[in-house]
Amino acid sequence: MTAKTLYDKLFDSHVVREENGTALLYIDRHLVHEVTSPQAFEGLRLAGRKPWRVSTIVATADHNTPTDHWDMGLDGITDPVARLQIETLDTNIREFGAKAYFPFMDARQGIVHVIGPEQGATLPGMTVVCGDSHTSTHGAFGALAHGIGTSEVEHVLATQCLVQKKSKTMQVLVDGKLGNGVTAKDLALAIIGKTGTAGGNGYAIEFAGSAIRALSMEGRMTLCNMAIEAGARAGLIAVDDTTTEYLKDRPYAPDASQWDAAVAYWQTLKSDNGAKFDANVVICAENIQPQVTWGTSPEMVVGIDGRVPDPEKESDLTKRSGMKRALQYMGLQANTPINQISIDKVFIGSCTNSRIEDLRAAANIAKGKHIASNVKLALVVPGSGLVKAQAEQEGLDRIFIEAGFEWREPGCSMCLAMNADRLEAGERCASTSNRNFEGRQGQGGRTHLVSPEMAVAAAIAGHFVDVRGLF
Amino acid sequence: MQKFTQINSLVAPLDRANVDTDAIIPKQFLKSIKRSGFGPNAFDEWRYLDHGEPGMDNSKRKINPDFVLNQPRYQGASILLTRENFGCGSSREHAPWALEDYGFRAIIAPSYADIFYNNCFKNGMLPIVLSAEIVDALFKAVDGSVGYQLIIDLEKQTVITPDGNVYGFEVDAFRKHCLLNGLDDIGLTLQQMDAIKAFEVKHKAAQPWLFN
Repeated sequence: MTAKTLYDKLFDSHVVREENGTALLYIDRHLVHEVTSPQAFEGLRLAGRKPWRVSTIVATADHNTPTDHWDMGLDGITDPVARLQIETLDTNIREFGAKAYFPFMDARQGIVHVIGPEQGATLPGMTVVCGDSHTSTHGAFGALAHGIGTSEVEHVLATQCLVQKKSKTMQVLVDGKLGNGVTAKDLALAIIGKTGTAGGNGYAIEFAGSAIRALSMEGRMTLCNMAIEAGARAGLIAVDDTTTEYLKDRPYAPDASQWDAAVAYWQTLKSDNGAKFDANVVICAENIQPQVTWGTSPEMVVGIDGRVPDPEKESDLTKRSGMKRALQYMGLQANTPINQISIDKVFIGSCTNSRIEDLRAAANIAKGKHIASNVKLALVVPGSGLVKAQAEQEGLDRIFIEAGFEWREPGCSMCLAMNADRLEAGERCASTSNRNFEGRQGQGGRTHLVSPEMAVAAAIAGHFVDVRGLF
Repeated sequence: MQKFTQINSLVAPLDRANVDTDAIIPKQFLKSIKRSGFGPNAFDEWRYLDHGEPGMDNSKRKINPDFVLNQPRYQGASILLTRENFGCGSSREHAPWALEDYGFRAIIAPSYADIFYNNCFKNGMLPIVLSAEIVDALFKAVDGSVGYQLIIDLEKQTVITPDGNVYGFEVDAFRKHCLLNGLDDIGLTLQQMDAIKAFEVKHKAAQPWLFN
């Protein structure tokens, strides 16, 4: 039998039928949030259709929800358009149903890509979709997971299937050991720096190698989350004991009666020896430094001891003009050392870096220190209500508050600034989120993507600094 | 969905690589629960000099005269010419909705982000891939000739220039069929209802925990 990649196994086991290379692919889990679902539910309503299988739907409100003034309930949402969208999700779930719904202010509410795994609603071997590009996160569990548009949200609701062509496969092999203070986020940014943001277009990326095996589930989720920033709709990591240990006893994971059978199947979810990938990238973990983006695309990234690159040294004209535009937008001069760039705000959160392990690592750096006087605002936004509760039980909230950070309610927050948390024009932010696009965190705002540890180190120093010197 | 067969239209050039969906339609406009009306806010941060919010009267806002789509010579264009990795970032279908509502029916670029590319076909829009060299030549031709038009023929899979050059392009057969006929693919998939039900029986037997 031909050796198969993990992607092939996941794809092939979900093909309902195939014709001329186009497959009808069955979907096991449909994650739903308030921003990309209203038009899909409206489409169902207009066509008189019902969801095919309500028990696959897990829904929450996260993009628009405020991270403060929860004591005021819905009245705390000052933007009437945002409030209507959150209320519309309530209405739609009430009308159409869901297996689980964590509405605004529910104790388990949070970022959809944090709560899915947290609840055991993301399982190995599943196909997982959501109207959100960071659905790639769930590939950390050996699930085939990717973002879809709203028309496809409606299609999955109505038919439980997607019309799909098979992607090409890329293996990113990372062997060796990440240095102290070097995280999954740095690894993700270093990979994107190497492949470029379009390098993964048309591919599903499987991350493999000893450095990947050594990552916790939180780290694996951070890495797969950023696969989309490399252009790949799906990131994948093979199942191992780390995966199954994380899932055991989660609310929607198989119970004792099914557990052993499930684990036996999940253990087959890895690429066979000798499986061929369409592309291969090899990275040495030891060579990776803490990363800081300097431009307006995640591929515009360097190590902390690097400098802002000089566009004049770029021979590709399209790239050169992109670099010039990025430097102008970012208010940076070529050749400036990264550790001389001062910041105005800090954001610790997002579906990339808001899990308990991220907050522990950040608090470890913040403990007993205080943010610099030039830092106007430093936000910590936990990924879910349960992450927040866990952090508070461990006293992490006290550490952050004493260090001058604001401790907020869970949600997507300033990663995309749909709610009130945002940068003002010209403000520079050290952010643990995933996108540094123009205007992403607020019109005119300047985003530098970093790990949680590097964000805290920058908050304390007032400028970027090598966190490895703080251990 | 509206059909796409052939268009003969003015071409607007957006000479940037990696144009992301946050740039195509900024996040504040994603709060709408409708799928229409995004056109006036397409490229909002580049197109206007002030900060845009939903509900503003866009006709009263100050436009950015330097932004290429604001130039009089490109008004009415329904073909957008741009560079590689167009539509990267967020999966928001509001991006193709905004482009379509603005008046674009086709895009020409060397490459697209996967999710955006897919979303275009669901909205009667045709994203065409041509080589970086051809795209470069088209940018020069558009710049050098006011009123530059292209003919796009989906049936024949060709882009024809005013001086008679014919460039072929690839498009998936199923997507082409849906675009040419304006087909709603939910209806098509539901014709496979028996196959989906049969798959579920088999799938449940193999992985019963997925059906808890």
